[in-house]
Amino acid sequence: MRNYTENIIEAENLVKKFGDFTANDRLNFQVKKGEIFGFLGANGAGKTTAIKILCGLWLPTSGNIKVAGFDVYKQREKIKRNIGYMSQKFSLYEDLTVKENFRFYGGIYRMRSGDIREKTGFFLKKLDLEKSGDTVLSSIPLGWKQKLAFSIAIMHDPKIVFLDEPTGGVDPVTRRQFWDMIYETAHNGITVFVTTHYMDEAEYCDRVSIMVDGKIEALDTPGNLKEKFRVESMNEVFIKLARKK
Amino acid sequence: MRTILFILQKEFIQIFRNKTMLPIIFIMPLVQMLVLVYTATLEMKNIEVVVVDRDLSQTSRELTAKFDGSEFFIIRGSTFDLKEAEDMLRENKADLIINIPDDFERQLFREGNVKVQLQINAINATAAGLTNAYATSIIADFNRHIITESINMVKPVQMKKINVASSFWYNPELNYKIYMLPGILVILVTIIGMFLTALNLVREKEMGTIEQINVTPIKKYQFIAGKLIPFWIIALFELAFGLTIGKVIFDIPMEGNLLVLFAFAAIYLLAMLGLGLFISTFSSTQQQVMFIAFFFFLTFVMMSGIFTPVESMPEWAQKVNVVNPFAYFIKVNRMNLLKGSGFWDFRQEFLALGIYAIAALSLAVWKYRKVV
Repeated sequence: MRNYTENIIEAENLVKKFGDFTANDRLNFQVKKGEIFGFLGANGAGKTTAIKILCGLWLPTSGNIKVAGFDVYKQREKIKRNIGYMSQKFSLYEDLTVKENFRFYGGIYRMRSGDIREKTGFFLKKLDLEKSGDTVLSSIPLGWKQKLAFSIAIMHDPKIVFLDEPTGGVDPVTRRQFWDMIYETAHNGITVFVTTHYMDEAEYCDRVSIMVDGKIEALDTPGNLKEKFRVESMNEVFIKLARKK
Repeated sequence: MRTILFILQKEFIQIFRNKTMLPIIFIMPLVQMLVLVYTATLEMKNIEVVVVDRDLSQTSRELTAKFDGSEFFIIRGSTFDLKEAEDMLRENKADLIINIPDDFERQLFREGNVKVQLQINAINATAAGLTNAYATSIIADFNRHIITESINMVKPVQMKKINVASSFWYNPELNYKIYMLPGILVILVTIIGMFLTALNLVREKEMGTIEQINVTPIKKYQFIAGKLIPFWIIALFELAFGLTIGKVIFDIPMEGNLLVLFAFAAIYLLAMLGLGLFISTFSSTQQQVMFIAFFFFLTFVMMSGIFTPVESMPEWAQKVNVVNPFAYFIKVNRMNLLKGSGFWDFRQEFLALGIYAIAALSLAVWKYRKVV
């Protein structure tokens, strides 16, 4: 177990309301630099809302939130320069080729052309997709697309990468490979903030928070949580928490 | 600047990879120019006539023959019974009844004037007006001839005649195609520019890619510029393409400086594309964009004076045209091509559309939100 000290995300009483509905109810958490932070919860628990606020896509209703040292109310553009984001909905350009997608996103993160080429080559080699560089994305299988989306989200070396249910609809083998990529990314010093509702994936995280109906009900390492609830797996932790309601 | 180049590169790749795009860019203008220019004409031909000739004299037959010989009229029948003729008008078998009284020839020779009654189907007021004008001019033409002859017969004294000699400037042959073509061109570049731009932006919303864009440090103006410039270039190309078709096929005159025309088009397109982008910033589906853009487009076209003269609209409607970019461009296009008007003649139009363009683009940038 590595030790993490520096906070890279700080959320204090984060609240987001849509009319009468409270999607995020006074969330308090810190994410440490370099860790893999699992943000768990059932569908509709409010995970995506929180992640969109942290990425500067939505404004919170209230609360003090800092990402990479920047304020989510006033310094969103600075936050955006320091993060990578992979949304739940696949969002690379289907009508561009693999290389063109790399080039476009590298370009708008103001990477130098040489760096873009180098990174593109690096990721294509790592994903074993060197032959598919000039294939349009629409004819590439979903699992590979997800890995490409993840690669593009980290190609500009962000401080944090946000992954919103990155493994939805993907087969178990690809999921395993995906988590290898996540480990490698964290190992290279990029903080990983990942949401999922696959509880087996929660076991791979350094720390997890579990959201139920807009509130954080538990936040600790998977080991401590299992001990606290006296169960064998994260799955059981989750079911116990959800039943309590 | 470099960021905009990356966006432009991406947009152009996407535009030309789309298989429906090339036909839209090349076939649509051809079809529009070749079909619409011929059909959007205010000339009337083949007006159907029924003659009620109760005189059956030499003169009345000559008058009928004069109508028959004109390319504007077709004689559908003749009868002695006015009632029967009116039935034909009612059943849409004829548009015009020429009612010749029974002492037509006699009265014409004896008194020098005679009344011929015209009954016109006036459901379409414009068409009725034209029918009346054509028929009256044919009768006047015929009548004058007779009078001269009769005068010669009766007393060989020259009567004073007033000759009206009209001369038509700028379009001497009153060629409707030449008048309509500049207007059709405006429709063409507007459809290409405004609709495609608006659809393109909202498509990113539908696909979800806009979220990925919004999470990058891209600037709002960079994104809007990246969306605008490709279709701006394509629309200007369409104008050049359309003018070429006009020159080759219709031999339209190009009296004015084409640079002035393109400079004006450039500003016009900034305004219209800006409007298209503005519409797409508050729409979330391509359907919504289509409906709203279509509403604006149709209103602008109908009020612009492309089919009907602006001068004949009620005054309030003429005032509304102050905010109709379409009206400005049609006017400039016609005046530049047919009349040879230059920059100084268009200074007001340049100023008005310049303000329009700045307003539309500012609205689009302002309304496009990277954060909700």
